[in-house]
Amino acid sequence: MSDTASDVLDFPHRHLLGIEGLSPDEITLLLDRSESYVEQNRQADKKKSILRGRTIFNLFFEASTRTRTSFELAGKRLGGDVINMSVATSAIKKGETLIDTAMTLNAMHPDVLVVRHPNSGAVNLLAEKVNCSVINGGDGAHEHPTQALLDALTIHRRKGRLAGLLVAICGDILHSRVARSNIHLLNTMGARVRAVAPKTLVPSSAERLGVEVFDDMNAGLADCDIVMMLRLQSERMQGNFFPSIREYFHFFGLDYEKLGNAKEDALIMHPGPMNRGVEIDSEVADDYGRSAIREQVEMGVAVRMACLEILTRTVSETEPRNL
Amino acid sequence: MAVKPSQTQGRVAYINARLMDPASGLDVKGALLTDGEMIADFGTQLFADGLPEGIATVDCQGFCLAPGLVDMRAQLREPGDENKGTLASDGRSATAGGVTSLVCLPNTQPVIDDMSVVEFVARRARLLGLAKVYPYGAVTKGLEGRELAEMGMLAEAGALAFTDAIKAVADAQVMRRALSYAATFGLMIIEHPEEPSLAAGGDMNAGETATRLGLTGIPRQAEVIIVERDIHLAELTGARIHFAHVSTAQALDAVRRAKTRGLAVTCDTAPPYFALNEIEVGDYRTFAKLSPPLRAEDDREAVIEALKDGTIDTIASDHTPQDEDAKRLPFAQAAFGGVGLETLLAVTLELYHNAHLSLAETLRLITQAPADLLGLPAGRLEKAAAADLILFDPARGWKVDADKLLSKSKNSPFDGRPVQGRVVRTVVDGRTVFQLED
Repeated sequence: MSDTASDVLDFPHRHLLGIEGLSPDEITLLLDRSESYVEQNRQADKKKSILRGRTIFNLFFEASTRTRTSFELAGKRLGGDVINMSVATSAIKKGETLIDTAMTLNAMHPDVLVVRHPNSGAVNLLAEKVNCSVINGGDGAHEHPTQALLDALTIHRRKGRLAGLLVAICGDILHSRVARSNIHLLNTMGARVRAVAPKTLVPSSAERLGVEVFDDMNAGLADCDIVMMLRLQSERMQGNFFPSIREYFHFFGLDYEKLGNAKEDALIMHPGPMNRGVEIDSEVADDYGRSAIREQVEMGVAVRMACLEILTRTVSETEPRNL
Repeated sequence: MAVKPSQTQGRVAYINARLMDPASGLDVKGALLTDGEMIADFGTQLFADGLPEGIATVDCQGFCLAPGLVDMRAQLREPGDENKGTLASDGRSATAGGVTSLVCLPNTQPVIDDMSVVEFVARRARLLGLAKVYPYGAVTKGLEGRELAEMGMLAEAGALAFTDAIKAVADAQVMRRALSYAATFGLMIIEHPEEPSLAAGGDMNAGETATRLGLTGIPRQAEVIIVERDIHLAELTGARIHFAHVSTAQALDAVRRAKTRGLAVTCDTAPPYFALNEIEVGDYRTFAKLSPPLRAEDDREAVIEALKDGTIDTIASDHTPQDEDAKRLPFAQAAFGGVGLETLLAVTLELYHNAHLSLAETLRLITQAPADLLGLPAGRLEKAAAADLILFDPARGWKVDADKLLSKSKNSPFDGRPVQGRVVRTVVDGRTVFQLED
């Protein structure tokens, strides 16, 4: 692990809006920093003062428990002040536009805004209007970069590498920002990626993102090192994408039978929250020998600490704050 | 700022002109004389014996003197949405773009489904004395796609043709009746060809770019499905159908086949569909959010082919004013459409500059062709016709700057684009209504 000062020089971005466009070195840098926080988070004294005096706003326009908590914990463990703004109490409900909200928050001199928004591209739009760093906490069906990083960290710790692994991403690819960020990250790092889903849940030209598309789950899982399940995002579905939960589970839910096609030591992952009995069988989800689902949550905090640290240093050292 | 019509001039001589009339194929050096509101005479030999005493003269400096442009599809925001544009602001925008006649869509508030609104728009525009404004009437009351509007009486009041503006008539039976009823009076129906259920919730063209950006795609098939449906319904009813802003190769093939079969089917496109493609959306640029959406490169090429082989009859600006509040939003929430009046000529001239069409063929698509399609007395140089003229320099380069547009709304998909060809002067009924400041 290299020292902090030289790490920072290697990360040339002010914001973390997505994985697409990041180089393998930049991803490696973020993962290496994250790794260092995993051990720290397992100590009794988890607190550092790297972010002392820094203000982090968690701005969530969409419901979230785990991502928001994870960012909050990450900020606090680094000694920063974390403010949670939930949509229910914000001015958005009173008709204020996204840009007005951004300008208002900007005037309070935050150092980092962590933003989640139901519309693709909304976080990019907001980032154009503020002076601080912005971390995308998930925008529409576009990207969720910290999720892809925590997935990669989890895989790397279990498998010792990313390059050359065969990863099947299964389920609701169409509505999934997690899938897009993971596809970009895994491809950039040299893994092979498959998308496994009924045709109604695969976006058009998905193969152009660098994935091999399968509509038969048994074939799609064959010889895979990693089986990454996605949550069925019923809240984003307008119309019929499949006839029933029963039928969906029958063909695309992960159970031991379908899992039998993957490698014997295949790792099972899920970004949560899980719909048990919909995309994943409870027995499989709770098989802690093979499932990395709890570990993913743990890695999430470490990854977010690394992102907060690296971005705040980038801003303070390279950007004059002209507020 | 109110623009008052200036006093109608007496006689004005336009000398040193390159006279261009796509309708007759005229392209010669010469002069033109207007008398009051009319074209009195024009030709190579005019004023060969010298100018008459005391006459006003305009030295055209060798630029093209041509019929004023006819734009068969522009959305105006008055009445109802004056914060986005008024008849005055869009009228100035039109004349700055060389448009002397334009036809507006009925999606104002109130909707143009009633004779009083037809008369309101026509009277207000006449008083302004800028571009001549003709309205389309609604096919269905309130543009709701259910009950037929009073097409016969609306036509008597001055509605040129009928359309439900920015939506297709979704119900096939309603469309069948509308076409059949319109045929009774020989009226044309103009369709926005997009199957609403396939386009619902869509942000941009379906494909790789939409998938990367996580935006909801509108499949190209949404266009051809309505085009094919309406061609069959037009055949069933014997009605005239026109498809607006056609943007896909498949829909153009359908129109091409219908024309080959001799059906009364026509269509237009708009500059974005032969000049831009879906890549313009880039990093969620809402100015590139149009309806229909910008398509793939092979569709753009198909549109150019269809302009060359005559499958596409005319080009319209598809002027769609949206204010900043409607565009400075996350892409999915932003409104569709771009302003187009001031860029119509320059972007259309790319067809000429890129050697797809001759200058006369290019100009015909925005003058005589739409005028003839709608039966308007415009779009050609003719003695005793209204003196609606433009003087333009086809070679002059400039850069589109949205902030400098005269329209109240600045949402141009061409912002920043270097273009070639500029209107120097616009004349409506013999009066100069626009003059380029150097």
